[in-house]
Amino acid sequence: MAELDTSSGGGHKKGPGVKKGKKLSTRVDLTPMVDLGFLLITFFIFTTTMSQPTAMKLFLPKDADKPEDQNKAKESGALTVLLGKDNHVFYYEGILDNSNASSKFKSANFGNGDDGLRMEIMRKKASTPDKDFVVVIKPGTECTYKNVVDALDEMTVNDVKRYALVDISDVESKLIQLTEGAAATK
Amino acid sequence: MGRPKIPRKSTAIDMTAMCDVAFLLLSFFILTTKFKPAEAIAVTTPSSVASKVAPDKDVVLVTIDPTGKVFLSMGDDKNDVAKKEALADAIMKSKGVTFDKQKFAKAHFWGCSFTQLPSYLNIPEENRKGNALAGIPADSTKGANEFAEWMSLIKDAYMGGHMNLLLKGDNASKYPAFKSVIDAFKKNDLMKFQMVTNPESIPTGTELWKKTIKGEKRDE
Repeated sequence: MAELDTSSGGGHKKGPGVKKGKKLSTRVDLTPMVDLGFLLITFFIFTTTMSQPTAMKLFLPKDADKPEDQNKAKESGALTVLLGKDNHVFYYEGILDNSNASSKFKSANFGNGDDGLRMEIMRKKASTPDKDFVVVIKPGTECTYKNVVDALDEMTVNDVKRYALVDISDVESKLIQLTEGAAATK
Repeated sequence: MGRPKIPRKSTAIDMTAMCDVAFLLLSFFILTTKFKPAEAIAVTTPSSVASKVAPDKDVVLVTIDPTGKVFLSMGDDKNDVAKKEALADAIMKSKGVTFDKQKFAKAHFWGCSFTQLPSYLNIPEENRKGNALAGIPADSTKGANEFAEWMSLIKDAYMGGHMNLLLKGDNASKYPAFKSVIDAFKKNDLMKFQMVTNPESIPTGTELWKKTIKGEKRDE
């Protein structure tokens, strides 16, 4: 390492009245500088890897014009997930009609607790044969893009092989409104 | 006999070498970091467990802002610029509007109807902010779905090549905006697209988590 020679050259004898000046070392403590350097390095390492956005693939089905061309899902294996406003989730199994609407139509949330969507999907998946299991996602007009992506993500997380993004029907959107209205007045 | 004198050594270590290494690494990371370009359209993407990094070549990016307005953009590579100019020609030909091709290719994104394109391109780039613009009309319930026409022209420009269709939506945008975009894709037989998301860790205890622990490959 390069160092400056701080010792006074030669052995000059100074006069009796001349005081010797204190010799100050020119070496600087570099530890704080190294600290700062590594702090910045960690910052840059983290920002480089974190800002990389990922992409989630989605394949759209071709619209079938004729009803007989449409894919049929077995009633017993179908789980329909409805997305409402303010992150509300509703679901029902099989087919919904007027007689069983009140008992079948249930509400859930995006959490992973006991009343979460994930729990319900896992439950349904375990109780139906793999080839019959299909999840139908029906986003309402009030739900957000985030809700849709979360619901699709839930399919990946729970390894659901067959799922579809389908438009909501009038009956269903009315049911959502009714349920949400009831929850609001409570 | 007296003991030999052991010279006392200082415990201070020379930090210079370490400092050199630290700053070398620092400059490396600073130079390699690609900062996100300033976004003219403020969008916060939702997060998903998808682990594939979004492609950055041959990209056609559809952005949906929080209010549901739709914007389009393409890459800035040489190839992309050629594609953009081809697209500009196609628009001028089919829509009967005239505008500066270079300006069209230089614009970072497009967000207006076909008829407004000439005046849109005259706005200086730095003043073109997403919240002040109208966006591409995409809602078929409120007039023509011009976005579908945009997509069909872009598809023609990419004829024979591969196109990475990306969709970047804001958390708060409502589903109808997303749906009209999907409908426009469907209309043009673009059945495959990718949604830009932020990475998220896989929740423990789920099926996917078990699969990853076992080291199975994910089918994405």
